[in-house]
Amino acid sequence: MKKPSQFDAIVVGAGPSGNACAYTMAKAGLKVLQIERGEYPGSKNVQGAILYAKALEEIIPDFREDAPLERHIIEQRMWMLDESSFVGTHIRSEEYNKPPYNRYTILRAQFDKWFSSKVREAGALLICETTVDHLIMDGEQVVGVQCDRLNGDVYADMVILADGVNSTLARKAGFHGEIEAGNVALAVKEILFMPEDVIRQRFNIGEESGVVIEMVGRITDGMMGTGFLYTNKESITIGVGCMLADFKANPNKTTPYGLLEQMKRHPSIAPLIEGGEMKEYCAHLIPEGGFHAIPQIYGNGWMIVGDSGGFVNAVHREGSNLAMTTGRLAAETAIAAKAAGKGFKAAALSDYKKKLDASFVMKDLYKYRDMPAVLHKNPQFFTSYPDMVAQAARTMITVDGVDKKTKERAIFANFRQTRKLTGLMGDAYKLWKAIR
Amino acid sequence: MNAIAVNVEDKLFQNRYRVDAGRPHIKIKSADVCTNICVSKSCTYVCPASCYKTEGNGSVTLITDGCLECGSCRIICSDHANVDWEYPRGGHGILFKFG
Repeated sequence: MKKPSQFDAIVVGAGPSGNACAYTMAKAGLKVLQIERGEYPGSKNVQGAILYAKALEEIIPDFREDAPLERHIIEQRMWMLDESSFVGTHIRSEEYNKPPYNRYTILRAQFDKWFSSKVREAGALLICETTVDHLIMDGEQVVGVQCDRLNGDVYADMVILADGVNSTLARKAGFHGEIEAGNVALAVKEILFMPEDVIRQRFNIGEESGVVIEMVGRITDGMMGTGFLYTNKESITIGVGCMLADFKANPNKTTPYGLLEQMKRHPSIAPLIEGGEMKEYCAHLIPEGGFHAIPQIYGNGWMIVGDSGGFVNAVHREGSNLAMTTGRLAAETAIAAKAAGKGFKAAALSDYKKKLDASFVMKDLYKYRDMPAVLHKNPQFFTSYPDMVAQAARTMITVDGVDKKTKERAIFANFRQTRKLTGLMGDAYKLWKAIR
Repeated sequence: MNAIAVNVEDKLFQNRYRVDAGRPHIKIKSADVCTNICVSKSCTYVCPASCYKTEGNGSVTLITDGCLECGSCRIICSDHANVDWEYPRGGHGILFKFG
């Protein structure tokens, strides 16, 4: 059944990982076909969304010249919320306000479209509005893809799966099993439009600079998860994501949109988004299982990149940089395999894994390998602690004639009542162990 | 946390879709499993587009028109594996303007 290969490589998907991969291969002169199921690249893609400059710089050094970027981030806030208050840290630095900027807010539908135009300029062939249904195998070897079009079978020496978190192709081919609900977060978000000057005033920022707010606490209704608010040029992105297993097990049967609506009404958040005109509502799964949830990512004639391989650093909210880096490293592996002329069996493509292990991608995922389990087993990090901290701060700052020593005692009594001393110390140790 | 009434249809109304009329990309494999075997029916509250609804007789209906293609329903139905989940045909389904 072996048909002549029409392409060196087929890339399934035109998100950050697929584009990084297709661009790098096409630029090196490989014959690349990229298949995207959306109307245009980006039309199926959802992210917070933050772009980390470094990973893209390594692929397109001068991307800042024409990439559609919203705002570069000069300030990050981390909020812990109880029902009525927040306690937070703000990190703001003028260093982040000097080019070259380190990270940006983006709108994925626009950014992916731009990235894809670069891929085509580099020489790859892109076909949109086409869903890949199956991989075509010749024995153990992947030799092509079967698309939902008439005469939709296409052959290549290699297929790179950049088909996102719901990688049905790898599953159907038996490369790995179904995702577990404990390894993915379900996030929902809205984009709220408002005048640019309102955003600048509300967040105390300039024309180009932006703010990120990450939130933990009551807004997740006891579930393991976080909320987020990002400033774009003329809009604000606001969302919340919790582990899918927690949504499923939630005794309140809290809906994702109910959670988001509740969060938007929190007194600390509502004033920041007031008057915003909602223009889109999105939902997306984020692979947050980390190191232990990474599947087999290469085999005979195939490699997996980006979300499809679970490459997300949930602790630091990083994803697009891991996606682009895995895409680039898979591409470099493909280029080297072709140059060597020894075929595209697993042995040749195993270099991809070696490259990943040597990069920040696997080093970071390994560093936090125990974090998902620790957090999942200890929901107090998302419930009691933010409550305790917010209440403690409120108690100390409220001037009501009660002396500070008495307030301190009350705070510690509350801490010990909520979590006991051994619990507090145990949690501190567990957290330290998981992130050291 | 107090549950608040949210009309998700209002949210979905802002989205752009190209519905593949008569060809839903997600199907319930066996209606009987939903009605008589599944107790939690978690799809009816986890689905962020509220595509799954419980009917009076305990059955679950699915209308995929507002689907956001997140994949949650397939994954949470792990006990019964009763969700037949495929991507929509090329070009169909949700079309994000901003993502």
